[in-house]
Amino acid sequence: MAGPQPTIGYTNTMDESQNRAPVRPLQTPLHAWHVAHKGRMVDFAGFSMPVQYTSIISEHIAVRKSAGFFDVSHMGRLLIRGEAAMEWLDRIVTCRLSDLAVGQVRYGLVCNEQGGVIDDVLVTRWPDAWGLVVNASNHEAVVAWMMAHSVANATMEDVTSSTVMLALQGPDWWRIAQCFLPASIRLLSYYRAAVVCKDGSEWRVSRTGYTGEDGIEIVAPAAVGEILASELLQGGATACGLGARDTLRLEAGMPLYGHELDTQTNPFSAGLGRSVDLSKAFCGSTALGELRDDTHGAIRVGLVLDGRRAARQGDQVLDGDGIQMGCVTSGTFSPTLERPIAMAYIRRELAVPGQVVSLLVRDAHVPGQVTGLPFYKRQTR
Amino acid sequence: MNPSELRYAKTHEWVRADGGECVIGLTRFAVDQLTDVTYIQLPAVGKKVKAGDGLGEIESVKAVSDIYAPVTGEVVAVNTELSRDPGLVSRDPYGAGWLVRLRVEGAVESGHLMDARAYEAQVSETPH
Repeated sequence: MAGPQPTIGYTNTMDESQNRAPVRPLQTPLHAWHVAHKGRMVDFAGFSMPVQYTSIISEHIAVRKSAGFFDVSHMGRLLIRGEAAMEWLDRIVTCRLSDLAVGQVRYGLVCNEQGGVIDDVLVTRWPDAWGLVVNASNHEAVVAWMMAHSVANATMEDVTSSTVMLALQGPDWWRIAQCFLPASIRLLSYYRAAVVCKDGSEWRVSRTGYTGEDGIEIVAPAAVGEILASELLQGGATACGLGARDTLRLEAGMPLYGHELDTQTNPFSAGLGRSVDLSKAFCGSTALGELRDDTHGAIRVGLVLDGRRAARQGDQVLDGDGIQMGCVTSGTFSPTLERPIAMAYIRRELAVPGQVVSLLVRDAHVPGQVTGLPFYKRQTR
Repeated sequence: MNPSELRYAKTHEWVRADGGECVIGLTRFAVDQLTDVTYIQLPAVGKKVKAGDGLGEIESVKAVSDIYAPVTGEVVAVNTELSRDPGLVSRDPYGAGWLVRLRVEGAVESGHLMDARAYEAQVSETPH
């Protein structure tokens, strides 16, 4: 940690063991581990990340049936401290913070003044700070937006490069985590978090994830990343890449920035209105107050397709007369449902579960129907 | 690992000459790169294709790739088993996972195709 903190500003805490110029694309502290474990590396949001180790489908099924883990260290991790920390964050995120208890996590959005989405984030009220996890692709934009709306008596520390972040997901997560985490972690409710002291350092553990399964996300010092990954692997968790992360979140109906969310979409059309608290003032709240009651515009829906051919981002959704009614934002072949699924923005009058549509998939018309989200909901045990 | 009696295209299709006909498939390297094959689109019987033309599409969980005709000819048979079980192409790319059979006019134009050694040299230069 740095010495005296300024009362306003942004500090970026680097891992001292990585005392060299950043490599482009950026590497997480687990890069060598991924390569050694035959991760197929691709560029993603400025980072070299594993898209898969063996196969997307087998990694996906491992998470649904047992447990898998993901390196999500590319995501931005910010800690906000000081008397005015909550006031600062309250201006930035759409969700309510004032009722957040210590150890509670909440999903929210960062919007511009027009109500367009700059990012979707998780806010955690830690005992010592407010935590913000942002998408890798929007990391710089969120930091810049926060600095443009900074307040006195609050500071932001960027701990992205000094830490690793691993997600352990799947019904068997605790069988693996119990080898290195205290029993109190098992008792955390969904969207609750705790700081754990391990070998003299602080690990931040939250009962969150992006797969639709039970599990945790762990932020630990960068230096322990490889040991932790190997421990998870030896405990029986399957190493999973970004490919499975995408198919899992799609089945779980979760939006992905750059697909379902961007500055041209607003939280209401994305179906995320419950994450917008219009009783407080924040960046974009005036515009969002008007957008809430907007009954025009497209909204986000799920689609299931006939056959085996998947629709992809940008494919058109047509009505029975062949008129374009919307556009696919994400699509894949669902390993769990064993059929193609997609998310799309379509005109409201068609956004009814059971509505038959046609998708234009590379010059072929593929029949499909509108369905509610999520596509997959885990059995609670 | 790539059968020596076959000829190979730069775009990772293989050709097995069989009298006046050719059997076409995808190489082990290609299907290993794709993994998770979910769908294969093949042409109708009777379609005439020229070497280098699109022959179909192969789709994995992650992406869609084009399949190209390595030689000129007319489609006389397609592997219908692949519509039921597209994973067959990954499990047995040089056997039960074949794609189409083409009838070739005259001699097979194969000067642009590689033998197994030349194909393997190309693959070893591909970053993967």
